[in-house]
Amino acid sequence: MKRRLLLLLPLVGFLVLSAFLYMGLSINPFERHSALMARDFPAFELTTLEDPERVVDASLLEGEVTLVNVWGEWCPTCKQEMPQLLDLAERGVRLVGVDYKDTREKGRGFLGEFGNPFEVNIFDPEGSLGFDLGVYGAPETFLVDRDGIIRYHHTGYIKPEDVREKILPEVAKWR
Amino acid sequence: MALITRLLLCVLLLWPVLAQAAVDVREFDDPVTEQRYRDLTATLRCPKCQNQAIGDSDSPIAGDMRERVYRQLQAGRSDKEILDFMVNRFGDYVLYNPRLEGRTLLLWGLPAGLALLGALVVVLMVRARRRTSARDLSAEERARLDALIKRERTE
Repeated sequence: MKRRLLLLLPLVGFLVLSAFLYMGLSINPFERHSALMARDFPAFELTTLEDPERVVDASLLEGEVTLVNVWGEWCPTCKQEMPQLLDLAERGVRLVGVDYKDTREKGRGFLGEFGNPFEVNIFDPEGSLGFDLGVYGAPETFLVDRDGIIRYHHTGYIKPEDVREKILPEVAKWR
Repeated sequence: MALITRLLLCVLLLWPVLAQAAVDVREFDDPVTEQRYRDLTATLRCPKCQNQAIGDSDSPIAGDMRERVYRQLQAGRSDKEILDFMVNRFGDYVLYNPRLEGRTLLLWGLPAGLALLGALVVVLMVRARRRTSARDLSAEERARLDALIKRERTE
């Protein structure tokens, strides 16, 4: 009887393997964790979109929990995301934008058309800050705590329900 | 008509050349660095596209990454430093060849472990089979065997 049961071993192995592979099918490859989680926001020295004379660095993000949103005029999803960001700003969340691989003119036009929820926008025409953040497409959103450490990362579009279900709880958690 | 055919043929023949034009042109001081550039861009995975090396991808981020690889090679960085630089930003995802460390032990060890287990099972089975076949025949079995052999010979 015992030996008979041993014959089932390959079948069990096969089923375990199938379950693993089946799970793999439904994994979204874009929902992986940012490599920067729990690390300092990368150092940078860039001007702002609003004022080409004003140079800002990572100390801009210290002192208050801040949501950093990487956007660009060329990015259609960023336009759809703006109402959610305006909603977050209205609820008292501090937002800082990163205008990624854009021109000043187009970036400003975008904010004029779709609204500006950002306290300030870091102008990153070369995408150097974006690269150090590991951004591989816009929009991407990072939550930075008062010590300037990245605590949460959202890849892609922030859906209206994400505001209440994901972003606001994270903001509350790190405040 | 013949002209159109000829033109079409020209376009078709030139097509690969035109397509190649999209690949960025890099200049290297020596062939070793060039080969390292090729190897690195072939082993780094594009974070945006699914299962393409940055050397094969047209996505903007892959272009940025190739540029960084090139710049760092020119600055004299080692392969490991360049890979670390990428992993620091984009995570282990960008390595087609995962590193051997605590977290990846299962990944690297499982195939070898399974092969060993399989070998063990085969050895045990062969042994068990050998033991049964080596067992002496009982008197009754021997009598039957003799009878069968005899019948075979007489027929």
